[in-house]
Amino acid sequence: MLELTDLDKKLLNLLQGKLQLVSRPFKLIGEEVGMSEEQVITRLQLLKEAGYIRKIGAFFNSDELGYRGTLVALKVREGLMEETALFINQFPGITHNYQREGEYNLWFTLITPNERLRQDILGQIGALPGVEAVMDLSARKKYKINVQFKLK
Amino acid sequence: MEITELDKKIVRAMQDELPLVAEPFKLIAEEIDSTEEEVLSRLRLMQETGALRKMGAVLRHREVGFAANALCVWVVPDERMDEVADIMCRHMAVTHCYDRNVTPDWPYNFYTMIHGSSREDCEAVAEQLAQETGVTQRTMLYTGKEWKKTSMSYFV
Repeated sequence: MLELTDLDKKLLNLLQGKLQLVSRPFKLIGEEVGMSEEQVITRLQLLKEAGYIRKIGAFFNSDELGYRGTLVALKVREGLMEETALFINQFPGITHNYQREGEYNLWFTLITPNERLRQDILGQIGALPGVEAVMDLSARKKYKINVQFKLK
Repeated sequence: MEITELDKKIVRAMQDELPLVAEPFKLIAEEIDSTEEEVLSRLRLMQETGALRKMGAVLRHREVGFAANALCVWVVPDERMDEVADIMCRHMAVTHCYDRNVTPDWPYNFYTMIHGSSREDCEAVAEQLAQETGVTQRTMLYTGKEWKKTSMSYFV
């Protein structure tokens, strides 16, 4: 696997913080880290292919776009985890679906444009044979979303 | 802000990867029959109002050395919520902080996502948060298998 150089780390630390909304954003980043625009683009392409980068781009706030998000926790019966998880994965509004340790052992996030769809999806999931209990843990307030990993 | 039809087009064109080219916004603008200036000015407005919460990169945490992560959930008295949240949000290792509903089965109302290089690392962060805030009741929900992890597609 491609090893991260000090310059890569500098580039990624900067890019995690902010990509400017300007005509040539990669040129601007290059100026800060001492690379040409072309070098930045080529290097990012490589780092992406090597699997270090999940996404470079825009991240929107669902609430502001008229959507509603929630976190749902399930108690899933032993032996029925896989079929339950795969059923849940089919819904486009379910963006994260993780197994976790503990009594509530499957946790997913659901983003929906309206209440009817939300109820429909939660109803279908609640009726699955593997699902023993459902908790809908809607947010009352979001204090922070900032996924940044400082590379040293 | 009022989301216009143009904004929806921009969101649709922008919600996947930003093209790695010299003038990415020009390319996006061409795709949706708009101009670079217009796309940039709407995006700047969305950024100001919070509809666009981030422009930049998100890394794959395991690949860059953050192998462990835990959802650490806390019981925070409502009257202390803002103050406690403020302290917890300041930590780099904490990427998400949410105040959430409780259920009869679940007393935890404050959620922090903690990333670290190991479980011990995550435990140490949680312990530090506990000491700084004085919040004692917590539980660590370590992440196991990730069955799905994607970005939302809006207006499709």
